[in-house]
Amino acid sequence: MFQMLDIGPLELNVNGEKRTVVARPADTLLYALREHLGLTGTKNACETGDCDVCTVLIDGWPVKSCHMLAVEAVGHQVNTIEGIKGSPVQTAFLAKEAFQCGYCTPGYIVTAHALLTLHPDAEDEVINEWLAGNLCRCTGYQEIKEAVLMALGR
Amino acid sequence: MISFDFEYYRPDTAAEAAEIYQVLSGAGKNPLYYGGGTEIITMAQSNQLKPGAIIDIKQIPECNVFEVRNDEILIGACLNLNQAAEGNLFPLLSKTARGIADHGSRDKITIGGNICGKLIYREGVLPFLVADGEVVISGQNGAAARPLSEVFSQTMQLRPGEFITQLKVKRSYASVAFFSQKKTKQAKVDYPLLTVAALRQGDDLRVAFSGLCTFPFRSVNIEQDLNSRDLSWESRVNNALGRLPGPVLNDLRGSAAYRLFVLSGALRDMLTQLKGVGENVSNA
Amino acid sequence: MGAVGTGVPRKEAKDKVTGNIKFVGDYISPGLMHARLVTGTYAHALLKNIQTAAAWRVPGVKAIVTGKDCSFLTGAYLEDRPPLAADKVRYYGEPVALVVADSELAAKQGAEEVRIEYEPLPAVNSVHDALRPGAPRIHENLGEYRRVKPVFPETNSNIADRVKVRKGDMGKGWAGSEITVEASFHLPQSDHVAMETRCVRAEIAPDGRVTIHSSSQAPFVIRKLISRYFLIDTGKITVIVPAVGGSFGGKAAVQLELLAYMASQAVGGRQVKLVNTREQEIISSPGRIGLDAEVRLGATKEGQLMAAEITYLVDGGAYSDIGAVMTKSIAADCTGPYKIDNVQCDALCVYTNHPYTTSYTGFGHASYTFAIERTLDMLAKKLKMDPWQLRRMNAIAPGDTSPTLTGLTTSNLGDTGKCLDRVKQLINWDEGQVVTGQDGKIRAKGLSALWKTSSTPTDARSGAILTFNPDGSLNIGVGAVEIGQGSKTNLAVMAAERLKMDVGKVHVMMEVNTHAHPEHFKTVASMTTFMAGRAVLEACDDIIHQLLSMASIVLRCSPEDLDVAGGRVFLTDNPNMYVDITELVHGYKYENGNSIGGQVIGRGSYIMRHLTEMDPETGKGNVGPGWTVGAEAVEVEFDPGDFTYKMLKAVAVLDAGKVINPRIAQAVVMGRMNMGLSLANREGLIYSGSGVVENASLRDYKIMRFAEQPQYTVEFIETPQIDAPYGARGLGEHGLIGMPAALGNALSAAARVELNQLPLLPETIWSVKEGRP
Repeated sequence: MFQMLDIGPLELNVNGEKRTVVARPADTLLYALREHLGLTGTKNACETGDCDVCTVLIDGWPVKSCHMLAVEAVGHQVNTIEGIKGSPVQTAFLAKEAFQCGYCTPGYIVTAHALLTLHPDAEDEVINEWLAGNLCRCTGYQEIKEAVLMALGR
Repeated sequence: MISFDFEYYRPDTAAEAAEIYQVLSGAGKNPLYYGGGTEIITMAQSNQLKPGAIIDIKQIPECNVFEVRNDEILIGACLNLNQAAEGNLFPLLSKTARGIADHGSRDKITIGGNICGKLIYREGVLPFLVADGEVVISGQNGAAARPLSEVFSQTMQLRPGEFITQLKVKRSYASVAFFSQKKTKQAKVDYPLLTVAALRQGDDLRVAFSGLCTFPFRSVNIEQDLNSRDLSWESRVNNALGRLPGPVLNDLRGSAAYRLFVLSGALRDMLTQLKGVGENVSNA
Repeated sequence: MGAVGTGVPRKEAKDKVTGNIKFVGDYISPGLMHARLVTGTYAHALLKNIQTAAAWRVPGVKAIVTGKDCSFLTGAYLEDRPPLAADKVRYYGEPVALVVADSELAAKQGAEEVRIEYEPLPAVNSVHDALRPGAPRIHENLGEYRRVKPVFPETNSNIADRVKVRKGDMGKGWAGSEITVEASFHLPQSDHVAMETRCVRAEIAPDGRVTIHSSSQAPFVIRKLISRYFLIDTGKITVIVPAVGGSFGGKAAVQLELLAYMASQAVGGRQVKLVNTREQEIISSPGRIGLDAEVRLGATKEGQLMAAEITYLVDGGAYSDIGAVMTKSIAADCTGPYKIDNVQCDALCVYTNHPYTTSYTGFGHASYTFAIERTLDMLAKKLKMDPWQLRRMNAIAPGDTSPTLTGLTTSNLGDTGKCLDRVKQLINWDEGQVVTGQDGKIRAKGLSALWKTSSTPTDARSGAILTFNPDGSLNIGVGAVEIGQGSKTNLAVMAAERLKMDVGKVHVMMEVNTHAHPEHFKTVASMTTFMAGRAVLEACDDIIHQLLSMASIVLRCSPEDLDVAGGRVFLTDNPNMYVDITELVHGYKYENGNSIGGQVIGRGSYIMRHLTEMDPETGKGNVGPGWTVGAEAVEVEFDPGDFTYKMLKAVAVLDAGKVINPRIAQAVVMGRMNMGLSLANREGLIYSGSGVVENASLRDYKIMRFAEQPQYTVEFIETPQIDAPYGARGLGEHGLIGMPAALGNALSAAARVELNQLPLLPETIWSVKEGRP
């Protein structure tokens, strides 16, 4: 049985690197990534799991890092926006002007990157399902949809 | 941010989980079993829940099965809602699970956690209610399967130290006609004004609801009304509306009167989709 | 080179898709102190006692600040708001105390231990409640508050400001009206929901210098107010704003900055971070006004508008802040873009026990436009006239006057008629407003025209300083903030155009620093391209002048013989004779070592001209440099069975004057359209009977999501505004203004019922249909 009784070191695998953070069992992964590892590309916007701005990949799947304890991530591969380089999703977001203020953008890139990896043939229904959690207040969503379609080669 | 501390345990077996629960409970640590944790984290942030320890059951093997064994579909309580939906062994569950929260949350919310949660909706239970499902309950004295109808009454009636490891339904329920509809105030991603899950077993409809009262339910009375083949659909629906097991919710998502309006529409949709044998369509 | 009018990508684009861009909250340091707000749990209550003993016992808590520690009141026009509630709370969520600790955890733990005793007072829960005789007084000392700018609070009432517009002769207007129509409207308060919640860091150096980092649209206002309230010379205050994660007007208000300063002061000047939780963002910091409106319109049988009598009751919440300014702005443009010779408008900024309000995209115009445009559709129905035709024939035009009697010209007014014509085509209006499908679903369209001027202070100003790097590339230094609207890129485009250089060689800085950059009023009112653009162009001309004069010496000719382009200064008649600007920008050096010229530094500034305050009795005044106009339409598919609907299409045609950057212009307008539809179709604060906000989370306060949006079409008409840079009018927020009205008109037509309230939920339509209250 794995256990963590108090504040202490945790070994996480983040963006392909082993990183040690000193966290409490009650600390969220979001907090640990930002405050302990300085990975501030993952943003905080609600802390209640209602906006997907803080989405990261856990073993390739998009998960809201505010809704996961740092300790839960032990033994899993965590990927943040900083670990996603040269994704077709990024190229497509640039080409389609699919962001304005940029605050929600890492969450979109991470989610869409996972979609591209896990469902390269995704149809509209799947795209809509996957991205319905991500809130954006600046765009009209249309350009985001266009960018995701472009990344999927459609 | 959660402003109090708790201990974290991740047992490898159900027996270990039950054992550590007893120890922690005895030490006054007010332990909680932890599945996806979305609800616990949110409520802990606002101090609505203050466990001294959490027991993460996601590592327990039987909580992660998803298979057909003999004539039963076994669904591990720690499958997340996306896994439950995408595996599609039980189509009514797939459809209903897809209506809960959003995709990112469904990667974390477990089916067992949804059913045992504190939120009043617990829509994940509806497919199991109408399919006469069973739950495997683990505790200090080992594991035992119980009919859901005996242990779910508004909420899961678990004794301290017990937790769900699996849900089971008869394989035959994977191939019956079913209906699942979620109605919201406006946004697709929202708690339900009403979620209806129904299936047709032989000539009879079975139906369960969430969002209508402060708890999810399946009602024999309502099923009797809806299955009264001698009555018109309109009468059946009207009768059913009068047999709700509690006051209709009246909250910021919708007034009670509007919920009843939405319910009558949903029931008509259900009847249309699941017309029983010998139904006179002109009744519609 | 031709940068203007081409699609130049945002300068900061790469940083935004890689997570590299830094917002205020992204600064992580072990030495940082953390503050947390303690907020009130009643909408209206006396503060009897604040117990802090338990909070002090939390390890790590270093200071607790309460209303007793700050003796001043703050406000944009009327100083009516204590930074921390002192004697009573006036809205649910009002900041009451501030706990400062050496960690975020300790600050939260401390805040949870602060105990507040209240004596509840009856809450004023609507503008109508507020105006009722005998209504509880929200501000007992209203008459004594200091007025910073023209504002007219009414003693012994809940009225923070009353604005009157009197144009023409109402007697004549009504006498000439053969058909009249009147209606009343209700729009709730709502929230900006910028994805980045407001965040501030403050520190005070040992010599008294103050540094504030803030997610703000108004760094120069922060500097002014810190100076005013804490008696510090403005020269000793530096306000720094990096990129801002969405703002929509909400981050133009100064609130947390004052609190963060006090927090830093309480811990000996150490740097303190204060960030809103989402709940605090929605209720404790200011949101968007609510509006109750009564509109009466009169017209001839042919449809010519003769008279408008309008009452706008602005639910400004518990404190006036920018609510009072928005009330003026609403009154000034009260009729929408229509020629009406006889107008009477009373606009009141009303206090309620709701969260206080501030500027918001559209600056109140979307709210009143809903009332006016819905009334126009009702009038068209009564006249048995096509709603588009009614708008087209009454569209305001050069030669008419605004409600505040500003003469309108082809320069200061865009072409509303052309916008309406194009929208009509794009939405396929001629197909019919309502079409019933074979499946029983109803497709219906709704229209709205819109206009807006800037309503800035009469002395609003901007400036620009341009410098060169040794490689000949240009740095633009301006005080305007990048809030996602792409302004920095637009300024680079304009500079590249004027200097005929590659826009890739024009650098912008995301950060604004009040010590390094010239003052820019605030990044609001879609005025950055206009004001900062004017300043940048002037600075470019200054640079051209310097380059030509230096090059004329080098090339031994007259400056008039020379031109600048492509990084060279050359003889116009012989471009092969040139000097590279890299040889000029830091002074020209001859072979023998002699040097001339010195650095080339461009300087430009702009100040609004000819603006006046509105006359308190008639409203007469010149409130903005020009009006951006437009027309919008929405098409819905409505299910008459369950009153649900889908938004199929939304169209906007705006007169941009000149589109500086089509990529960004399209995107920004589309985004604001989406926000307008979101407001209309689902948003609004929900109050309990005692004024408690019941939906202060993103779980309960819903905004539009991916795949819920209609197909958007954005087009521009270009009628240049002569005094604007390249003719470009203010553009951006206008996309929002007509959306709620267009949706309301479409759904009213589809459901065959007058929908005069927001949000337009299926339940709203159901209850109006059922005749429920």
